[in-house]
Amino acid sequence: MTHQRVAFLLMAAFFALAPAVIYPVFLMKVMAFALFACAFNLLIGYGGLLSFGHAMFFGIAGYVSAHAAKIWGFNPEFAILAAAGAAALLGFAAGLIAIRRQGIYFAMITLALAQMVYFFCLQAPFTGGEDGIQAVPRGMLFGVLDLRQVANMYGLVFAVFIAGFLLIYRVVHSPFGQVLKAIRENEPRAISLGYDTDRYKLLAFVLSAALAGLAGGTKALVFQLASLTDVHWTMSGEVVLMTLVGGLGTVFGPVVGALVIVAMANYLAQLGAWVAVVQGAIFVVCVLTFRRGIVGELGHWLKKPL
Amino acid sequence: MTEIFGVPTQALFGQLLIGLINGSFYALLSLGLAVIFGLLNIINFTHGAQYMMGAFVAYALLNRFGIGYWWALLVAPLVVGVTGVLIERTMLARLYKLDHLYGLLLTFGLALVIQGLFRHEFGSAGLPYQIPAQLQGGRNLGFMFLPNYRAWVIVASLAVCVGTWFVIERTKLGAYLRAATENPALVQAFGINVPRMVTLTYGFGVALAALAGVMAAPIYQVSPQMGADLIIVVFAVVVIGGMGSIMGAIVTGFGLGVIEGLTKVFYPEASNTVIFIIMAIVLMIRPAGLFGTAK
Repeated sequence: MTHQRVAFLLMAAFFALAPAVIYPVFLMKVMAFALFACAFNLLIGYGGLLSFGHAMFFGIAGYVSAHAAKIWGFNPEFAILAAAGAAALLGFAAGLIAIRRQGIYFAMITLALAQMVYFFCLQAPFTGGEDGIQAVPRGMLFGVLDLRQVANMYGLVFAVFIAGFLLIYRVVHSPFGQVLKAIRENEPRAISLGYDTDRYKLLAFVLSAALAGLAGGTKALVFQLASLTDVHWTMSGEVVLMTLVGGLGTVFGPVVGALVIVAMANYLAQLGAWVAVVQGAIFVVCVLTFRRGIVGELGHWLKKPL
Repeated sequence: MTEIFGVPTQALFGQLLIGLINGSFYALLSLGLAVIFGLLNIINFTHGAQYMMGAFVAYALLNRFGIGYWWALLVAPLVVGVTGVLIERTMLARLYKLDHLYGLLLTFGLALVIQGLFRHEFGSAGLPYQIPAQLQGGRNLGFMFLPNYRAWVIVASLAVCVGTWFVIERTKLGAYLRAATENPALVQAFGINVPRMVTLTYGFGVALAALAGVMAAPIYQVSPQMGADLIIVVFAVVVIGGMGSIMGAIVTGFGLGVIEGLTKVFYPEASNTVIFIIMAIVLMIRPAGLFGTAK
């Protein structure tokens, strides 16, 4: 476990020191997506459940956080908590339906449910339709820290990311996480051992949804915007891609994957349609030749799970 | 004007017709998905992009080579089917021994690539495609006006669906196919070239999607994104029907199209979501789908 501790310290040091040389808003975006990808990875990497609709949690949380901060005048910490709570509730409802099937069906069902949420967001009055919720105030954290200052906002995103990351790490290495892995490997066996696997899967789903919501709610405050982009199926695809590139089922893979994909999207932004082409090509290459992902390959080479 | 449940009959039958049209495409696409899934165990996420390719091939045939609709009905599925065969041989064939989820991820990536390339080449705006001369106009049925082309689409897709069902359920070739679905190793042992059958099956499923694309071209505009959202609805249709039966895919496709059309009349706000809501309800009551068998 010491190598994972070292890797964690390296990662934390990177995000703590990088704003000195890299544009902080970019890094905040990376951390938000990294947490989102880690939450997604909790399901696929440890539970073996491929959700193709995780954008619904990320996106709805963005709306809730933006709405709470702008219309209800919530403090940022409560806006983010409300966002995570809303995502957890949605996760509970979606999870009850989705866990009734496994494998490919699970992916199709989550995708369809997310599309339903997308249409809901398109039509519901509080989301602002095509415009989204713009000019969301960042507010005063705990009533004292002004988040309009980049350093303070950065500190909040950093804290949220690290806390979420450690929570996921703890969950994965708890007895609960072990049962999840058992379900992934052989569900009938886990049932025969007396585990109520549906409850474990549902809890993992809700947890993953809440953490995705935490990421989405934070991102909405960083960019002061909640929009349809974050609920669209392309966003669900992007988080799958991040996790795949970084390494499915690795602890640090989703973070590396988020860094790579967000950086790529930044550089390719002016190329329009090519972004989708490049992302699709990366999918194809990863699936055909690079299934372990960056961190998975590294861990394989070092002979240590990362 | 006569009314049923407070709705003018014109509007009711008009939406019913649109529902049947949409249902035709749901049926054709979910049929292709079911055929592919049966033998390859892969959910073909590229299906929507291949449907779009069919429409674009028809468009290109007409505008670059002056080849009309009727030939496009034959040529476009062939062309797109061949690209499908190439995809299966070069990429999908390497994934059969892995978790089925990788097939989903690969075909999703391919869909992004294809749609992105077409958007780059043709832009996002829709391109018009003329209804063929023989099918222009329509007839007045007394209670509604029925455009000829729409009637043709419903009849033709029904015919293709029933034909596919017949081939798979009632012919020797179909028997091989069903046997290979059950136990490929045993069928191979009987001297049937199963890998080739798998390749051709994928090509056939893809060709069905392209055929649907050609038929859709005069109704919806030809655009790179035309299949992207449609495929998600078709996934929901497939979950509702269950993958088990060919007939199930056809019946569910048409049925849900009609339900969606009726929702547009009685509660338009839900018309986008009604299929997903039905999916959720079906999953709560019959997780295997209406026609599926629990595994």
